[in-house]
Amino acid sequence: MAAAATCGAGAGSLRSVAAAAAVDRSSATSFQRKGPRAGDADGRGPRLVSIAGTRPSVRNGQLLVSTGLPALDQLLGGGVAVGTVLLIEEDKYCTYAPLLLKCFLAEGVVCGHPLLLASAREPPARLVQELPAPLLDGSYKKELDQDGCSHPAADAKVQMKIAWRYQLLPRKEVGPVSSRFGHYYDISKKMPQELLETAQWHGFFLPEKMSSPPTAEPCHLTHGYSKLLEFIKKIISEEGVDGSNPQKKQKNILRIGIQSLGSPLWGDDVCCAETCEHSHSLTKFLYVLRGLVRASLSACVVTVPTHLIQNKAITARVTNLSDTVVALESFVGLQREINPLYKDYHGLIHIRQIPRLNNLICDESDVKDLAFKLKRKLFTIEMAPVLAS
Amino acid sequence: MFPELNNLLDTTPDKAEQGKLTLLCDARTDGSFLVHHFLSFYLKANCKVCFVALVQSFSHYSIVGQKLGVNLTMARECGQLVFLEALKTSLDVFFQKPAEPHPLQFLREASAENLQPLFAFVREALKPGDDGEATWKYPVLLVDDLSVLLSLGVRAVTVLDFIHYCRAAVCVEWKGNVVALVHDSRDTEDEENDLLLSGLSHQSHLILRAEGLATGFCKDVHGDRSLTYQYKIQDKTVSFFAKGLSPAVL
Repeated sequence: MAAAATCGAGAGSLRSVAAAAAVDRSSATSFQRKGPRAGDADGRGPRLVSIAGTRPSVRNGQLLVSTGLPALDQLLGGGVAVGTVLLIEEDKYCTYAPLLLKCFLAEGVVCGHPLLLASAREPPARLVQELPAPLLDGSYKKELDQDGCSHPAADAKVQMKIAWRYQLLPRKEVGPVSSRFGHYYDISKKMPQELLETAQWHGFFLPEKMSSPPTAEPCHLTHGYSKLLEFIKKIISEEGVDGSNPQKKQKNILRIGIQSLGSPLWGDDVCCAETCEHSHSLTKFLYVLRGLVRASLSACVVTVPTHLIQNKAITARVTNLSDTVVALESFVGLQREINPLYKDYHGLIHIRQIPRLNNLICDESDVKDLAFKLKRKLFTIEMAPVLAS
Repeated sequence: MFPELNNLLDTTPDKAEQGKLTLLCDARTDGSFLVHHFLSFYLKANCKVCFVALVQSFSHYSIVGQKLGVNLTMARECGQLVFLEALKTSLDVFFQKPAEPHPLQFLREASAENLQPLFAFVREALKPGDDGEATWKYPVLLVDDLSVLLSLGVRAVTVLDFIHYCRAAVCVEWKGNVVALVHDSRDTEDEENDLLLSGLSHQSHLILRAEGLATGFCKDVHGDRSLTYQYKIQDKTVSFFAKGLSPAVL
């Protein structure tokens, strides 16, 4: 076992060196995007653009954005690739899945990326107000050390540190607050209003959009899904991330977050019965969504209550139609006795699928047993203690 | 293409068999490396290839193709490769009604009656040219992957009909080959997919199965003989070895 581990590590470093060399040699290593790019020379392929909050993957130069949880970024091979869909399988009582979605969106605010939020449950404006506050500077280390005990003096210093940042920034600054990749968030605090004001976001709240009477449904999707796809398409072209407007000076990544897709609130009955009327609505929606995201500079995170889907075949199809799949399994309300080894943790996190983009292989993490916990302020992911069989 | 796989299958681009249906099947893992293998194999064999790519974009196959020594962009430009990039064209079909029959028309229907427009597209792409001189050796249809059609509302029987028509045209009439990927859904009780898989298994000449295990990988090769090898995917190739002889174990 030890030999295999070192062998893997050695091979890993070799691969990254080779990949770095490959990135230097060829400039055509990111996704091909629709539309011409300024400065492109006769079909050589798009150059890597430097957009705030993105970085190229070490393996294949693919452009990545952070999920808002650096630990999760690492497990996914560096982050979420632009042009892909990350599916989060919700935990049973939907306690932690919204947290991951909020971290993804908060990361967008901090990096200056426009956001698209869709929900059937709560108004996007409320979701935006609930985004967690970023921990800038070295505050993260402080939080880690002082976890569990209250230090009002230290808290005050943390506050001042954030305020100090904003004192430096001019009042009407629209640019990103930080150009780093991946930030830590304080779950117990809300994002400051000044920072929220700089955020550009577009909201889709299903009850509002459903007021217009349903016309003849194209493609037989549920009414809510069709409306959402049209909305996403509209925003993609408004933000110019599909390359339709080459004159737009600043390229940016659109972050799309969709909450509880597939739940009955969307008008879909895939979670209600085993043989449902709209059995293909959700999968068709995901296919077209992936097509939209692939053809533009966007990254999408979707949470789905897969534990409610009665038909296992549909869950498998939904997984196959997404690029990256992460499943959360929380210990909340479990009837059976939780193993005492897990007493510090709130649940397990499973990385079910990672895409192989532009490559034969992907960065699969060697560690398969992962657990998460939500401490007072931070959401952390660690290797789970190994259970004796 | 992967030289070791060619050795195992006892083929080279020059002397591959014609008129056959090859089924690629993956269970609990991603079998797309087999698709990349066959794409580059047939392009190198100077065949006319029609690739129906339902799950990934053109640039993905192109970049991997470069590592395997084929240039998809050039093949497409000179007419050797006809590429249907479904992820991109599905947006045209979905958001507005197409003026004429579109290969992906089934997206607009609740439950497609047949895949006639898609077959028409394949037929148009692969039919031999009118000039007596043959530029390419024989036509090949490659589909990645058929299971996704089931997710889009097409019934298994309809997909089987489509493949039957393709075989009649490509394999029998034009002495070409058909290669298709299907997921194996044994664990997930997907009846439609099981129906599709068993229907195709009966029709195919060669079945390549990629199966994932917890700590390694395993591949079964079904044909005249049944052989089991283990494989390891690397950056530019795939290496195969008999069970128990992996460098990690020795």
